[in-house]
Amino acid sequence: MIKKNRDIYIIFSIFILFFIVNIVYLSLGWLDLWGNGLGIITGAAFTLAMYSFLYKDNPVFKIAENLFVGVAMGYWIVITWFNILKPDVFETLIVPIFKDTGKAPQFTILFPTLLGIFMLLRFSKKLAWLSRWSFAFIVGLGAGITIPNFIHAFILKQLTFDSLFSTSIPVSINNFLVLLGVVSVLIYFFFSVEHKGVVGGVSVIGVWFLMIAFGASFGYTVMARMSLLIGRIQFLIRDWLGLLQ
Amino acid sequence: MNFLKRTIPLAIAFIMGVMMAFQYYVPHEISQSLLKVVSRWGITIGGFAVFLGAYSLFHLHMTKIRRKLPGWGYSIFVFLGAGITIIFGLYNGGEFFWNDKQEGTMFEWMYFNVQVPAGATMFSILAFFMASAAYRTFKARTNEATILLIAAIIVMLGRVPIGTMISQYFPIVADWIMSVPNMAAKRGILIGVSIGAIATSLKIIFGIERAYLGGGD
Amino acid sequence: MIERLINIDRRFIFLLVAMAVTIPLLAKFNLPVRATKDVESIYYKIDSLPKNSHILIAFDYDPASKEELQPMADALLHHCYRKDIKVVGMTLNPGGTGLAVSAIESIGKEYGKTKGTDFVFLGYKTGVELVMINMGENIFSAFPEDFHGNATIDLPVLNGIDSLEDFDYVVDLASGSSIEAWIAFGKEKYGFDLGAGCTAVIGPDMYPFLQSKQLNGLMSGLRGAAEYEILIDRESTAVAGMSPQSVVHVLVVLFVLFGNTMYFMSKRKR
Repeated sequence: MIKKNRDIYIIFSIFILFFIVNIVYLSLGWLDLWGNGLGIITGAAFTLAMYSFLYKDNPVFKIAENLFVGVAMGYWIVITWFNILKPDVFETLIVPIFKDTGKAPQFTILFPTLLGIFMLLRFSKKLAWLSRWSFAFIVGLGAGITIPNFIHAFILKQLTFDSLFSTSIPVSINNFLVLLGVVSVLIYFFFSVEHKGVVGGVSVIGVWFLMIAFGASFGYTVMARMSLLIGRIQFLIRDWLGLLQ
Repeated sequence: MNFLKRTIPLAIAFIMGVMMAFQYYVPHEISQSLLKVVSRWGITIGGFAVFLGAYSLFHLHMTKIRRKLPGWGYSIFVFLGAGITIIFGLYNGGEFFWNDKQEGTMFEWMYFNVQVPAGATMFSILAFFMASAAYRTFKARTNEATILLIAAIIVMLGRVPIGTMISQYFPIVADWIMSVPNMAAKRGILIGVSIGAIATSLKIIFGIERAYLGGGD
Repeated sequence: MIERLINIDRRFIFLLVAMAVTIPLLAKFNLPVRATKDVESIYYKIDSLPKNSHILIAFDYDPASKEELQPMADALLHHCYRKDIKVVGMTLNPGGTGLAVSAIESIGKEYGKTKGTDFVFLGYKTGVELVMINMGENIFSAFPEDFHGNATIDLPVLNGIDSLEDFDYVVDLASGSSIEAWIAFGKEKYGFDLGAGCTAVIGPDMYPFLQSKQLNGLMSGLRGAAEYEILIDRESTAVAGMSPQSVVHVLVVLFVLFGNTMYFMSKRKR
């Protein structure tokens, strides 16, 4: 009970502090409410609400999180309307039927439009089977274009190695290591037989290569997450508090 | 009925798959226009997929609210956020949704001041948890883990300016790790994953992989 | 004692991380950033393009990766506008539209560029590889209208552009798997020079493409953006971010070393 009260006090104090800081900034003219001030304050509020999770899960975080999910979905819907459904369906098929736009309606669009609508029948109990036609079209199309393009771009092109006999010894060694790495990783993945003998030995080398690669990925992931944090702190202390130029 | 429900979709996937795979090797004009038309249709169909996503999200939160599951009150904010954004989006600064998209509307305000800060912050929270994991769980328990750990440390220091100040070799070794062992392993994974994707595509075309049909008969 | 250090309240670690980022930012010290050859390749490619060349920038990211990729997009746009290169923007990520259009248009304005003549944002299309293929066959089929609803066929900025292969350079700024798709269904199919910028998370996965020359250059993460800022001589948020990035990396390395020391000490004790 005491702990719960303490949490409420903390949240309440931060809320008051946030309010005071903004009032001071607005009254001193450091933030312009009707310019971009209100937006910056809203952004700062959402940023701090998200970070409040670091103290512990709390209602402010949950409200911000759910609002964000809703806004993002709303944005996705509206952008899809203006970027895909409006230009590709509404204006090419529907508007020309009812209004003289100088362009004839493109009835061929009817086909993907119907398949698009069929897809949404996935949630109907009786007509869900029609959605299979749409998915079959998309999945079949995807499978068909994947095969030749992947073979060309990701297999044939990736199986081209630099010469092992280069003019410089370090380059030759590196080229050899690349070949060894690719082959050993592939052997590690594809030989489902027990890793014994030569296959076993090569597999061990494959594991070493993979571990170095995972280490590199870990290092880069730390770098990525920290960059995001740096960006948010820059927003708070530069755009909101004006402590940086 | 089985013909409509099962045979036709399998036939569509087969015909589309075979046709598009062969199209790649036929640089004829008809083949090119087929590709153009079919890819454009795919984009249009894909546009409708947004409603699948919306339905799943709203259905999930509606169920939470209806069944009064723990934390159901927060689900209301999903509808609030989506509702306000959609209304502003369709209002389109007074021009309404059937006209071209306007600039500087409340819809954009919601994006820049709610979605952008909240989205960017959400993923930056992981920074803290990664640091905590580095302290608590990132241990050199085995030889493999030790290799991973050493590579990670070299890359972390080699990729920031301070690494160069500690030793000029950090960036050199980090570069080597990235472009030799890391590159080789990632290339192996890439080839492996691509072979997997091609195999799955073949299974789809020949009706062995049918997950896309969903459940039922 | 060791047990207590191992099980320290994680909020203490969080506080140290927050300080490691905030203090260097407030102290405003900059560390020297040296451009690497992968970033230089993109810079020199754009720098070598003649006036009125066309570049396509795909803004395939959303607010979740904004802090890494937006500084990259800004630096690229500054460089292109300075060189009087015509910029065509697009995205495969619906969440990326607002970020993309604001960057293209606001930076364009700084250089006195005109919408529709010097730059255009085509907007968002779904379907990833299908969009690339459709653009490769005919760009006006994939994007009949730009983001603001103008018919693309009438836009002077697209004069001379019919397909992806007509672009002098394409750069994909990615937070997901779009670079692979741009390689397989774009570059390899239609033949154009492709560069990429990506979040650091996917950076290591891109090295096979650099070596196979399927990518001519790569900027990964905030560090990549900082290098580009240095190259165009316009230091901004990414360069400013390198000092906290350095400090926080050292902190994480210290955490790893300290955590391991504690682990081995407690193991020996047992």
